Amino acid sequence: MTAPADGPAQGAGASTAARSVLKIEDLVAGYGGGDVLRGVSLDVAEGGITCVVGPNGAGKSTLMAAISALLRPRLGSIALDGQNLVGMSPRQVLRLGVVHVPQNHSLFRDMTVRENIELGGYVLSDRALTARRVTAVFDVFPEIAGWAGKKAGSLSGGQQRLVEFARALMLEPRLLMLDEPSMGLAPKILRTVFDAIRQMNAAGTTILLVEQNARAGLRLSSHGVVMENGRVRLSGTGREVLENPEIGALYLGGAVSAS
Amino acid sequence: MSALLRTEDVHKSYGGVRALDSCSVEIDEGTVAGLIGPNGSGKTTLFNVITGYAKADAGQVYLADKKITNVAPDKVFTLGIGRTFQLTRIFASLTVLENMLVASRHGRSSARKRAMEQLEFVGIAGHHAALAGTLSYGQRKLLELAYVLVADPAVILLDEPAGGVNLSLVNHIADRIRELNAAGKTFLIVEHNMEFVMGLCDRITVLDSGGVVATGPPDIIRTDRRVLNAYLGEDLEDDDPDPGEET
Repeated sequence: MTAPADGPAQGAGASTAARSVLKIEDLVAGYGGGDVLRGVSLDVAEGGITCVVGPNGAGKSTLMAAISALLRPRLGSIALDGQNLVGMSPRQVLRLGVVHVPQNHSLFRDMTVRENIELGGYVLSDRALTARRVTAVFDVFPEIAGWAGKKAGSLSGGQQRLVEFARALMLEPRLLMLDEPSMGLAPKILRTVFDAIRQMNAAGTTILLVEQNARAGLRLSSHGVVMENGRVRLSGTGREVLENPEIGALYLGGAVSAS
Repeated sequence: MSALLRTEDVHKSYGGVRALDSCSVEIDEGTVAGLIGPNGSGKTTLFNVITGYAKADAGQVYLADKKITNVAPDKVFTLGIGRTFQLTRIFASLTVLENMLVASRHGRSSARKRAMEQLEFVGIAGHHAALAGTLSYGQRKLLELAYVLVADPAVILLDEPAGGVNLSLVNHIADRIRELNAAGKTFLIVEHNMEFVMGLCDRITVLDSGGVVATGPPDIIRTDRRVLNAYLGEDLEDDDPDPGEET
């Protein structure tokens, strides 16, 4: 199977809907003896933000690990622009432009912000290109340029998140995956982080977002998916999902609508 | 019926983050109580304060009306509150039985007998000579439960007993809790597996941002809009999301 050329979006059905960057079908994956993902199918539309929410243990982070090739699926397929990622190494998947920002803070604390961001481009192995990308990243997040010389460890949690985003942009990702970016951040700072996600999307980045703050995540997103117990239980536009009365049952095993 | 275990306006901050904010819960004697809430809502911190692993900045903890606020963990254990941890704390290079004996305060032979009885009860006596590090994750949870039972606590706090455990073992753990409860033990259980919590608990307390959002029987809790709102998170689109706090 070959990847389609970089031409304009034209799905096989020539539909007006946005084409899929990522297409996951019947994915089964897990650790040890058990399956965490029990047949997940989902599409990530080009140019959009697709938000995956769901109670603890639903399989959200496992899904991201499988896409990044950190966990090898047992069954099913994961295709980026038609190219199957299953069986590739994490590095190969990264080179294809799937960039994963993990849940826990992942900057090198004793290195400067600029050094951390430059490291995001380590697979580029081209100094001039790296320098151009750093400039481009500072264009998306001008505030970060002001912290460039600071030790990453001296930044606040929210600032570190932004630097992690900037580092991820160094590869001009085809798909940017953010795993619970609001984790551990105070409500005030959360807004800054969500604004940053919106900015990256406005700059053309397709985003797959896993978020525990379901309300804020779904409001921000063009597409929403609710996972529960290793399966996709609801999907639609972000707002449709948020307003679906079944979301209460999925979180609490009861029936109460969120809106 | 009076509360066997009670916290009163407990506050606990880590740096600038308020982990517990005037948190008051009551656990009646002989009940199985559930403690739920979204990630970071303060559940484990409350466990830590109750069991002496974290110091309360303010507020009180009572066990049967005796004040036990900020009493050291080993003291809390001997006073009758046993707990397990989210990530099990066992001695991997000791055998299962040796792990049990570490917890024991009885004489040698009776300690051994008692330890074996508890292992029998939780269903891992067959592994008593195995190194604890070779147990599966679910079996480690059972070992921790057995370990806690050695001290014959009045109240047992379980931190995610069903987390990462396969379904048949989850049911096995639930059955053991029911049996212990029938024999008079009081439980407080933190758990994300809603089916488990809703099916097992008499009463559920819901935490959000370090405070109690709701408390009641499972059928009421699962249809309570405030509870769902806590789980779905704060709405950032609203320009005035938090009128009480900062303005």
